[in-house]
Amino acid sequence: MPERRQTEPPHAAERSQQTERPMIEIRDVTRFYGSFKALDDASLTIKEGEFFSLLGPSGCGKTTLLRMIAGFDNPTSGLISVDGQSMEGIPANRRPTNMVFQSYAIFPHLNVEQNVAYGLKRLRLERSEETRRVEEALAQVSLTGLGKRLATELSGGQRQRVALARALVMRPKVLLLDEPLSALDKKLREQMQVELRRLQQAVGITFVLVTHDQYEALAMSDRIAVMFGGRIAQVASPKEIYQRPVNRQVADFLGGMNFVKAEIVEESGASLVVDTLGFGRVNTDKPKAFVRNGGAATLGIRPERLRVLWDNATAKFEVAGKVVERHYFGEITHLIVEIPGLEKPLSVTETNDFGADDIPVGTSIRLAYDPEALVAMAD
Amino acid sequence: MTAAAEGSPSFGMMRARRNALLQSEPVQGLALISPTFLYALVLLVLPILVVVAHSFWTQNYLTIDRSFTLENYRAALTEPIYRDLLWRSLYISMMVSFFTVVLAYPIAYFISFHGGRHKSLWLFLITIPFWTSYLLRVMSWKVILGYNGVLNSGLLGLGIIDEPSTALLYNSSAVIITLTHAWAAFAILPIFVSLEKIDRTLIEAAKDLGDGPIRSFLRVTLPLSAPGVISAALIVMIPTVGDYVTPKLVGGKDGVMIANAIQAQFGKASNWPLGAALSVTTMLIVTLMAGATVVIIRAAQRLAR
Repeated sequence: MPERRQTEPPHAAERSQQTERPMIEIRDVTRFYGSFKALDDASLTIKEGEFFSLLGPSGCGKTTLLRMIAGFDNPTSGLISVDGQSMEGIPANRRPTNMVFQSYAIFPHLNVEQNVAYGLKRLRLERSEETRRVEEALAQVSLTGLGKRLATELSGGQRQRVALARALVMRPKVLLLDEPLSALDKKLREQMQVELRRLQQAVGITFVLVTHDQYEALAMSDRIAVMFGGRIAQVASPKEIYQRPVNRQVADFLGGMNFVKAEIVEESGASLVVDTLGFGRVNTDKPKAFVRNGGAATLGIRPERLRVLWDNATAKFEVAGKVVERHYFGEITHLIVEIPGLEKPLSVTETNDFGADDIPVGTSIRLAYDPEALVAMAD
Repeated sequence: MTAAAEGSPSFGMMRARRNALLQSEPVQGLALISPTFLYALVLLVLPILVVVAHSFWTQNYLTIDRSFTLENYRAALTEPIYRDLLWRSLYISMMVSFFTVVLAYPIAYFISFHGGRHKSLWLFLITIPFWTSYLLRVMSWKVILGYNGVLNSGLLGLGIIDEPSTALLYNSSAVIITLTHAWAAFAILPIFVSLEKIDRTLIEAAKDLGDGPIRSFLRVTLPLSAPGVISAALIVMIPTVGDYVTPKLVGGKDGVMIANAIQAQFGKASNWPLGAALSVTTMLIVTLMAGATVVIIRAAQRLAR
């Protein structure tokens, strides 16, 4: 049986700056635009030094929430406080937050240095101190030496760094990032994900990131809030969100998921025993917010948690089926496998180092799984 | 038969060549600008050349002596009357463009930032004064500023003054007031366009970095709308230097401008060469002034950073 490659995120080892002190508290925040409810009774606590992501499809209210923390928008009802201080009635220019805008909003009439120094001017620092802080911020985002460039002479990635330096130089309590990487190409985006995470670790400021890209959120965040239709569906660590989504919507948004209908046999405090057609009897953890709806439940298993069993290899838990489709993706292959008794075929992701890309369509194969990977969730 | 056979390929080639010519970008560009270009050449460049030529000649009663002389320029630049008129014209046009821009900016700002869905309605309303003749608009200022005018009667009625003021009409201030009103729309439009082009996120960014509304206006909105302000100032300044109708109607003897003197030279005084020299001098000075305005505003912009 192939060993699964362990892919640790670059930051997994270092989670030092975080404290348990709440930095941002959002209490029952609702926002109406006319009759449209952009945000519906959202409550959330973001801890000091945390890298927190608001993840969801467009129109889910994530940007509205971010703009309310920044002070560009106000809740119809509810309270937002930053560092223990209520933000009600406090305009954006007097909040301890700074923002990196999606369009970067670099001042076109100023050069890089002047852009970064923009917010410092008001503080009336000594000239040498101001220069020192600007240089420091430019060094933090690897832009040393580009201070005299005009904003119009910068590449997209550089503009993004200027926007970051301009906000960081203010030493805010909270840095708000509105889809900061969405305008960059894939390679640069992945590089910036690592850099942003490192930067956050280095400066120890609370970061709140808005994104619709689940990989971005998973790769960078300490915790993620997944939002749909103005509501917060789940708040948890990337791993928890990915492995134990609370409902089908969250599961779907975070990546591929095979859903399996199940019949509840036994329900106790923390666990569920269910019967399925393909996977037989399964003993699984009961999700926190599980509400029993008759005798039916839904189980989910991620495509990469199903593994092809080669030749005579056996596993404690396995299902047998037939390959009906095969899709090649370079380092991995997607197999669509029909399992007798399951109404929908299973989607399986297998790495190509053992030849999954050579399995002909129509082959009968067996799949191994870990029953822990079968998670119960709300519909 | 043979002739046709020989003729058709060359005809085809000609057509191909003609098509290639028509599709080439420089030719298309030339074709597009040529009507305007010819119009400008015939009605603008040629008359100007005639004027420039005249300015170096001498009037001999009914004939013109075509030997080269700089005498007209000497007169235009040293005779106190012309110097004074030129200075006054420059002063009036600068005051007019200053006041026009200062008054137009808030209107353009309001329409751009608070016009909402009604932006085009607001712009349409601004053009309404142009539905009447310019002469009528000047005359209406006469009605407002005159001895028995609206303003005087109003002030008398309120008891602020005891007898009608004669200081309102027939002087340079009356010319400035009238021209400022007349040119307002021409200043509003370029400023509005430059304000429209400003990315609103930049203003949010300024606010995010700690600026209140006034500071963010001075540090972001104003410098970024400078191109509109410059063009508005020039659009007003350049034509008002040579304005002739307004000083004639509301200027009185204290409001006479250089164009009135030029008109007199071409008319009653019948000294075309001197009139031409005055025109050329005015043109050159306006060019210099326009250039200086651009330089000064750019410098102020750099300083404000």
